Amino acid sequence: MIVLGIESSCDETAAALVRDGHELLASCISTQVKLHAAYGGVIPELAAREHLKNITPVISTVFEQAKLSIEAVDAVAVTNGPGLIPALLVGNSYAKGLAMANKLPLLGVNHFEAHIYAAFLKHPELLKKPSNFPLLALVVSGGHTALVLIQADGQAELLGSTLDDAAGEALDKAAKILDLGYPGGPIIERLAKDGNPQAYNFPRALTGASGKATPKEHRFNFSFSGVKTALLYAVKDQRLDARQLADVLASYQAAVMEVLLSKSMAAAEEYAVPMLCLCGGVACNGYLRRRFQEECEKRHKQLILAEPVCCTDNAMMVAGLAWHYFKHGLQDDLSLPVYARLPEKLPKFPFAPAFKS
Amino acid sequence: MQFLSTDSKASLALGQKLADLLQPGMVLALQGDLGSGKTLLSRGIARGLGYHGAVTSPTFTVAQEYPLTEGRYLYHLDLYRIQDEEAALAFGIDEFLFADYAICLVEWPERIPALLQQQEKLLQINLQHRSETQRDIEVPNWLGKQLCEMGLPEGIQLLQ
Repeated sequence: MIVLGIESSCDETAAALVRDGHELLASCISTQVKLHAAYGGVIPELAAREHLKNITPVISTVFEQAKLSIEAVDAVAVTNGPGLIPALLVGNSYAKGLAMANKLPLLGVNHFEAHIYAAFLKHPELLKKPSNFPLLALVVSGGHTALVLIQADGQAELLGSTLDDAAGEALDKAAKILDLGYPGGPIIERLAKDGNPQAYNFPRALTGASGKATPKEHRFNFSFSGVKTALLYAVKDQRLDARQLADVLASYQAAVMEVLLSKSMAAAEEYAVPMLCLCGGVACNGYLRRRFQEECEKRHKQLILAEPVCCTDNAMMVAGLAWHYFKHGLQDDLSLPVYARLPEKLPKFPFAPAFKS
Repeated sequence: MQFLSTDSKASLALGQKLADLLQPGMVLALQGDLGSGKTLLSRGIARGLGYHGAVTSPTFTVAQEYPLTEGRYLYHLDLYRIQDEEAALAFGIDEFLFADYAICLVEWPERIPALLQQQEKLLQINLQHRSETQRDIEVPNWLGKQLCEMGLPEGIQLLQ
């Protein structure tokens, strides 16, 4: 079964063709198209108008890449939330039009769930074994920071999430404070490479590191707005040389990443999970990947790291995840709504081995 | 009128108080640097309006919407990543800014001065760092007076 996936929830317009949930036939993200069109710099593609301009070329590109036409497609899937409503509407209207005109089944995919699925695009075998569950997923990006526990029957629970800024946002804003450019994550990682992560003592909120006990309800929650302010005051009115800058950034990066790590490990032990996965844009960070590998190895837990190209927004994860729904006979109709916020109760994850609809 | 907030708890409480004075159709321009407490004040306002779920930074999503009772909404916009009016209109900002059933909070309002000028019920709120925990918060005079009459929360002092 070939699914066409469409993603327009935030900055990127993306499309992909995926066979049977895992076999990638083609994938295109608008930034690539932009490169061809000789655009420079990073421009957020938030504008619905930009999505509108990009969506037809992006979809045509995947059909060209795969040397297929719409007749080869068995179903259409589209991210219908959470995200920016005007942006989502572009992808959803397009998907509905395509589905109706070609009499194809349509499915709306939760963007958050798709990010988790992205870690398993290349590992279908891991999803077949109930003994790999419960699975703990850390979804960490510019917009999300959350720990999710997924049972073998697909039931999912949000164990914790950020109370204020997402981890990726903490990196972006630090880069902004130091005037380093956007997006912050990759720049900070590069400049922090030779820095001393212990040079500065940045706060690690809700971990008990400051000596203040963490309230029980916040054990698996995150807060990254304070670390940004601490950085602001640490560098205020100072001229940093390259060495000092590297130290500041290494310390800041460590403060953010070690909180992600320690909370994930605490949750992994509490729920005795055999397998963890790391996904979302910040999962590209080398420091975070390395530290997760070290700590999971120590605890004999299997770690699935999404490939960097699958971490950031894409439509492969949309088309791949949708196949699992279709396989179980689930689909939507043309009344499919879009929504802005992550629902408090997560959907059941259809890729779990003992999933029943 | 200018107030001093001694810590984040006080700012949250001030937001909560402020919520009592807001009406659907109003737009609050929350102006201040990174880390000056715009999102924190917004969370206080959301709490005061009866929304008790997570109120997170809208920087990445640009807009967060919180359903209130009786079909009303709280919109929380963050124009940090939006360049100018044209870009804001292209993502559909007018639907948030001119909704008579919603209270709209706008962080980084300096990106869209002309658009905000068209909004009759605009309240300008300025936030400024004073120290690591203290912030100066400036509100329109009529709003400040009403806040004082209601009784200021603990940790909030009237400066002028």
